Amino acid sequence: MIGDSRWGIRLAHAILILGIVVVAFPLYYVFIASTHAGPDIVRPPMPLTPGGHLVENYRAAFFEGAANLGGVPVWRLLFNTAVMALGIAVGKIVISITSAYAIVFFRFPGRMVFFWIIFVTLMLPVEVRILPTYKVMVDLNLIDTYTGLILPLIASATATLLFRQFFLTIPGELVEAARIDGAGPFRFFKDILLPLSRSNIAALFVILFIYGWTQYLWPLLMTNRAEMNTIVIALRKMVSFVDHGTPWHIVMATCVLAILPPVLVVVLMQRAFVRGLVETEK
Amino acid sequence: MSGRVVFPNKLLPYLLLAPQLAITAVFFYWPASQALKQSMQREDPFGLRTTFVGFANFRRVLADPNYLNSVQVTAVFSLATAFLALALALPLAVMAEKVVRGKGLYRTLLIWPYAVAPAIAGMLWLFLFNPAMGTFSYLLRANGVAWDPLLKDGQAMGLVVAAAAWKQISYNFLFFVAGLQAIPRSLIEAAAIDGASGPKRFRTIVFPLLAPTTFFLLVVNTVYAFFDTFGVIHAVTQGGPGKATETLVYKVYNDGFVNLQLGSSAAQSVILMGVVILLTAIQFRYVERRVHYG
Repeated sequence: MIGDSRWGIRLAHAILILGIVVVAFPLYYVFIASTHAGPDIVRPPMPLTPGGHLVENYRAAFFEGAANLGGVPVWRLLFNTAVMALGIAVGKIVISITSAYAIVFFRFPGRMVFFWIIFVTLMLPVEVRILPTYKVMVDLNLIDTYTGLILPLIASATATLLFRQFFLTIPGELVEAARIDGAGPFRFFKDILLPLSRSNIAALFVILFIYGWTQYLWPLLMTNRAEMNTIVIALRKMVSFVDHGTPWHIVMATCVLAILPPVLVVVLMQRAFVRGLVETEK
Repeated sequence: MSGRVVFPNKLLPYLLLAPQLAITAVFFYWPASQALKQSMQREDPFGLRTTFVGFANFRRVLADPNYLNSVQVTAVFSLATAFLALALALPLAVMAEKVVRGKGLYRTLLIWPYAVAPAIAGMLWLFLFNPAMGTFSYLLRANGVAWDPLLKDGQAMGLVVAAAAWKQISYNFLFFVAGLQAIPRSLIEAAAIDGASGPKRFRTIVFPLLAPTTFFLLVVNTVYAFFDTFGVIHAVTQGGPGKATETLVYKVYNDGFVNLQLGSSAAQSVILMGVVILLTAIQFRYVERRVHYG
């Protein structure tokens, strides 16, 4: 490094540590809150060191849930959210990879029209067609179902574009060689294309899993029954500052449990995450 | 592209495309066309009769002071969020490029908020700052600040901006680091040999060369603040106090689902579609130039 004095480096470390403290503080605060008894949480200032109720609070949240939400246990909420996030991630990858395969490796009438039809969905996020989409879901009887939570969100222009981009870099000789060796389109897809796409699929999976896990508007509209809520929606419904019956110790434990799974995915699959972020950036 | 080797099947490609096309038709194009249709209709309060009213809904929406307020709120909210998220991420990225030891650890500890749902980000900040039990509200009030984000417009806006920007720091940090790594070292070394100090090198070389990244992030952050922050608003302020934090997306939801004004909500949806098309166009036009450095 040029010109970076020892003090410059120390300053850099100091600023980074300060940044991390600021960024992490809200989570730390909620974690600490989740280890205290309900009344201690609502009496400011709350102590900033862990209390003695960790096991008790988490057990109550995980198996019993919040009474003001009909007592749906958090394991059920986590299950719903995991189904939704995995369904969306896998669904998007499957239908995008097949679409991109069709568009790149076949020639047929209407090819580019279909490509544009998929592309334009980028410009139609849920937020701009809320009501009519909701009506479709009601007409199809999909309210309070996993299908309703997943299916409408799995069309993906971004993922299709990404796979198309990647498939275009695959040399024609590879296809030719495969065909000469007698491989049909299924064989080529399964034995050559899929293995080559592995790191792309992993990168996309991390991003899409987080996308699914953090959905808000859609599950808010799609779920009426408390036991079909995702954990984010349920948490929002538990929190009330006017209601004196809000079980704050359960709220805090639920909050930590809602944050943990996607954060673990990001931290443990960091390489795929960073790659996915850079590549899905449209 | 025309010279590509392809498979000769005729039916197979349609089968491969069918699932995606079916979903886009049922859940994207049909509802979007309904939104277009409804935006030109008026429905009586019982939903029994609809009449075609042309652009009347649009005229009404655009003349509605509440809507214009919402436009202003969205502009302030988006710009403040984008600016704050960028201003906090840049110094962290610059510092992370300087250090050698602990680089990976710093990165890990800075990127995780990306995985927190916007609504939960909002709630985290609400726990800290709500007037009833938040430790920070307590400290603020103990120091003589009249803190009540549930009643004061500016404080409510500050709170949702902080929550929305907090979540976006990780994203910006990663892209700034990538942008910094793409700057040729020789330029910085040359400037150092010519006697430019660290801050001067940053101002005259690093920052200008980061401009493409910064502009790209500005667009992405604006899109994020426009469309992905519904959860923050819904969880923290519900558009209040009054209508001080009612963004356009929140208003579409509120008018459609809570106030049941179908024509108005549909017209607002169509206007938002226009905004998305515009932002997407900017984003795409821009991406091609993003990779080129001097």
